[in-house]
Amino acid sequence: MILPPADPQLENQLSGKPPLRDDTRFAAGRIAVFQYSAVAVFLVLISGFWRLQVQNPEFYDERAQANSIKSVPIPGPRGRILDRDGRVIVDNRSSFSLILAREQAKEEHLRPIAQGLNLDYDDLYARVARMRKAPKYVPIVIKDQLTPGDLDFVESHHDFFPELVLIQAQKRLYPLAGFLAHVIGYTGEISEQELDQPEFARYEPGAVVGKFGVEREYNDLLMGVDGQRQVIVDNRGQVRQTIGIKPAIPGHDLKLTIDMDLQAVAELAMDAPYPELGIDHKNGAVVALDPRNGEVLAMVSRPAFDPNMFATRIRAKDWREIADNPDHPMLNKAIQAEQAPGSTFKPFVAIAGLETGTVDPSWTTHCTGGVKLYDKYQHCHAVHGTLSMHGAIVNSCDVFFYTLGAKVGIDNIAFYGDMAGFGHKTGIDLPHEREGIMPSEQWKIRTYRQKWYVGETPSVAIGQGALTVTPLQLTRAIGGLAVGGKWFEPHLVARPAGKVREVDWNLTPEHVKTVVDGMYGVVNEGGTGGRARLPNVEVCGKTGTAQLASYDYINSVGKGVELRENAWFEAFAPRDNPEIVVVAFFEHGRHGPAAAEIVRDVLAAYFDKKARIQTRKQVQAETSARLGLDLPGAAPAAPSPGTPQPAPQP
Amino acid sequence: MTKYLSARDIDWTILLIVLLICSVGVLQIYSATRDTDSTSSWWKQVLYVAGGIVLMWLMLAVDYHSILHYVPGLYIGSVTALALTFLLGDRVYGSKRWIPLGFGFHLQVSELVKLVIILLVARYLTDLRTDDLELRDLLKLAGLVLVPTILVLKQPDLGTAMTYVAVLFACSFVAGLRWKYIAAIAVVAVLVVPVTYHFLPDYQKARWVGFMNPEGDPQGKGYQSIQSQIAIGSGSMFGKGVTKGTQTQLRFLPVPWKDFIFAAFAEEHGFVGVIGMLALFFVLLMRIVQNAQTAPDRVGMYICMGVAALLLFHVLVNVGMVAGLIPVTGIPLPFMSFGGSSIWTFFMALGLVNNVRLRRFVN
Repeated sequence: MILPPADPQLENQLSGKPPLRDDTRFAAGRIAVFQYSAVAVFLVLISGFWRLQVQNPEFYDERAQANSIKSVPIPGPRGRILDRDGRVIVDNRSSFSLILAREQAKEEHLRPIAQGLNLDYDDLYARVARMRKAPKYVPIVIKDQLTPGDLDFVESHHDFFPELVLIQAQKRLYPLAGFLAHVIGYTGEISEQELDQPEFARYEPGAVVGKFGVEREYNDLLMGVDGQRQVIVDNRGQVRQTIGIKPAIPGHDLKLTIDMDLQAVAELAMDAPYPELGIDHKNGAVVALDPRNGEVLAMVSRPAFDPNMFATRIRAKDWREIADNPDHPMLNKAIQAEQAPGSTFKPFVAIAGLETGTVDPSWTTHCTGGVKLYDKYQHCHAVHGTLSMHGAIVNSCDVFFYTLGAKVGIDNIAFYGDMAGFGHKTGIDLPHEREGIMPSEQWKIRTYRQKWYVGETPSVAIGQGALTVTPLQLTRAIGGLAVGGKWFEPHLVARPAGKVREVDWNLTPEHVKTVVDGMYGVVNEGGTGGRARLPNVEVCGKTGTAQLASYDYINSVGKGVELRENAWFEAFAPRDNPEIVVVAFFEHGRHGPAAAEIVRDVLAAYFDKKARIQTRKQVQAETSARLGLDLPGAAPAAPSPGTPQPAPQP
Repeated sequence: MTKYLSARDIDWTILLIVLLICSVGVLQIYSATRDTDSTSSWWKQVLYVAGGIVLMWLMLAVDYHSILHYVPGLYIGSVTALALTFLLGDRVYGSKRWIPLGFGFHLQVSELVKLVIILLVARYLTDLRTDDLELRDLLKLAGLVLVPTILVLKQPDLGTAMTYVAVLFACSFVAGLRWKYIAAIAVVAVLVVPVTYHFLPDYQKARWVGFMNPEGDPQGKGYQSIQSQIAIGSGSMFGKGVTKGTQTQLRFLPVPWKDFIFAAFAEEHGFVGVIGMLALFFVLLMRIVQNAQTAPDRVGMYICMGVAALLLFHVLVNVGMVAGLIPVTGIPLPFMSFGGSSIWTFFMALGLVNNVRLRRFVN
């Protein structure tokens, strides 16, 4: 209720001022406008909340959950890698990485943090400064693989430096000094290019995958499946509550066919000095196979690299050192070196001659220190006189094989070489295998668009010319020949008997015997491979001395290391029913016998171990028999003939 | 005159509504600070409210006509105090707004100046004794208001400075400012805003950019706005329940007990709660306007309309801000946001309204 002023005229009558207009009625309209405006304002506000809370609540609810519910990955550990006896070669270890959460990071903290963690302050400061432009929630990893001291520092300073956050990571632990490095390979974060490859299609960016060797070939088996922990975090990323756990699934352990004992011996043999040439270690490769099933027992390539350098981020300096090394440490020479096999190829020419019926085992030729073939005089390394095939293999007579090669012809040599696997990948379960070259008329036309010139055949017959092989190819080839013409696919992970691809070629047993006996002679009858002789084991072998260039060329440039002959030795044992075949490839070893020592060490280790195991099993069997026990491990061991059978229990 | 006054005549509706809003505010402050270092805030707020009621009572005791005599002194005092804030003020969050009073108390002078501006505008407009506001008079009044406004702008505190202008504009409008002038002011404002943008301090520019395109920098300029909208939206129709709002409890929402308290409330109480709260504010506003309509004279009406304009502006800017309708500007929500200066200012403003109301039959 509005009361009018008592007397509106009174004041101006008294004061002479303009009449006091103090009624509020004039403003009623404007106040109404204000009221309507207020209604409008509230309607606008309500419409805003309507849009957020009634129309799109799911959208905002999802985003609220995305804010607070985080999935923390639980790394699924990678499978271990074991040797054939179940000994661990590659393992994992837990390690901690330290992250600087920059939402709370204070610049003045950097110096004490750097001091506490033994980091270089300038380095740390530069790293933080570089990230200043990036969004705040991107964390900076300031240290990998924390030491126990670092962990203590972080734990005890939690209240002072809340920006330091620990995350757990699984790191691959490889053997030291590059043991088995080329077979194992290494792992690393998946790269952009790899993400595009079908092989890695199923992996997410940031996944750690195998990059090389078995780690890569069996990546799908070895890799674990990461689990997840769903947690509620606050705006600082601090975990308030765990709401769900999906456990990680560890990867499968991988049992290799490699025998660590043989592998160690082979590596030591390669790393041992070779005083005859005045070098303190040898470069090249060693491969040992079981010719009965293709299992790889040892595989060495030298020089090696240290996979542990790749287990975390590899430093640029280390990588340059590896990449610039002229001896190619990253090359697995056992499967990637393509080199002329030299005389180690002769057994295959011999078998070609015999199997085609071109010659018989009693065929002889006369070596006068050389022979003229196709208008070219070919030298032999000695004057051997009249030789049968046996004598020619024992003495590695070039004249014999020049003549034989010319008689057999390149296509027959190529046919039998092809059969033994030359010119093809062996199919071993490792990436990046090379295939070498088995020359033939067809090959010449395909590659050079030229006709084969018959004068090239003699060189191929002694393992030179265009012929190149990998050490693994040669191992598989000679092993298959030794068992009578059965070539198994070499492999590093054991497979059931029926699952190994094999090439069967029933060679005539007498022909095989001729070659095998010749190779026995190489080692045991004063041949070129005498250094590989072992007591109690009938070792058969063949040396190879592969020229890298003609002697005329070498003489013209002077004898540099790069052009010194490669030494090869291939061997298997025992003579009947061979169990192991070994090839050593000694780069620039000058003479085949230099490689024979390496092979001997491996063979000796194999048969030593076999004898030891047999003795042990026998002792166990005898003991268990004496005590009347039924030990599961000892029972199947074949008791020696003199041992009485355990009496049946009543 | 006091003998005619009776407690019965106080606007109990207003008081009831305000105490309801304050209670919800205290509850929300309790919920939002449960897990922080400011857990004591809710009972501090209770004390502030109690103090506010006392101040409101004190404001009733003196006839508002006698308070108006002191407006020149209050004005000069305000300007001096604002200037002193520069010299003595404590810098918090990058601006100087508070004068330390000792014993850990800080006074935000610019809050109390709001009352002085209302009184100044009311007295000035009344003294014109016309039914139309001439442009010349408006400019004079605007000049008076501009001095404290600029001082506050320099603190810098754009939100509070704008409340002074809002009061000035609303009261001038009621005083009969011609529509053509209003149109001219609107045109000038539209033209001037892009120019002033270049003179804005960087953090204000950032807020503007964050408002126009919050997703452009969701962790930086747009963070507060986005997190606030997420909080509100995820509250849905009925809310997540007291102390159950994840955005509030996990502190994704910035200062959920001060400027963003309404977002926290919307998250925990949903659209239904929001409608309820806005209804309370609306009824409160309309009650104040009604008091303006029943005011015994123009000064009383202007005072009430000034208070109404202040309240409406605060609600519009604060609630509009949390809902993403308006750029982020740091002004509190009356009676809800934590803070003594704001609570006391608004209770004293209510005291002025009741002061007018009590004397509506007396003349």
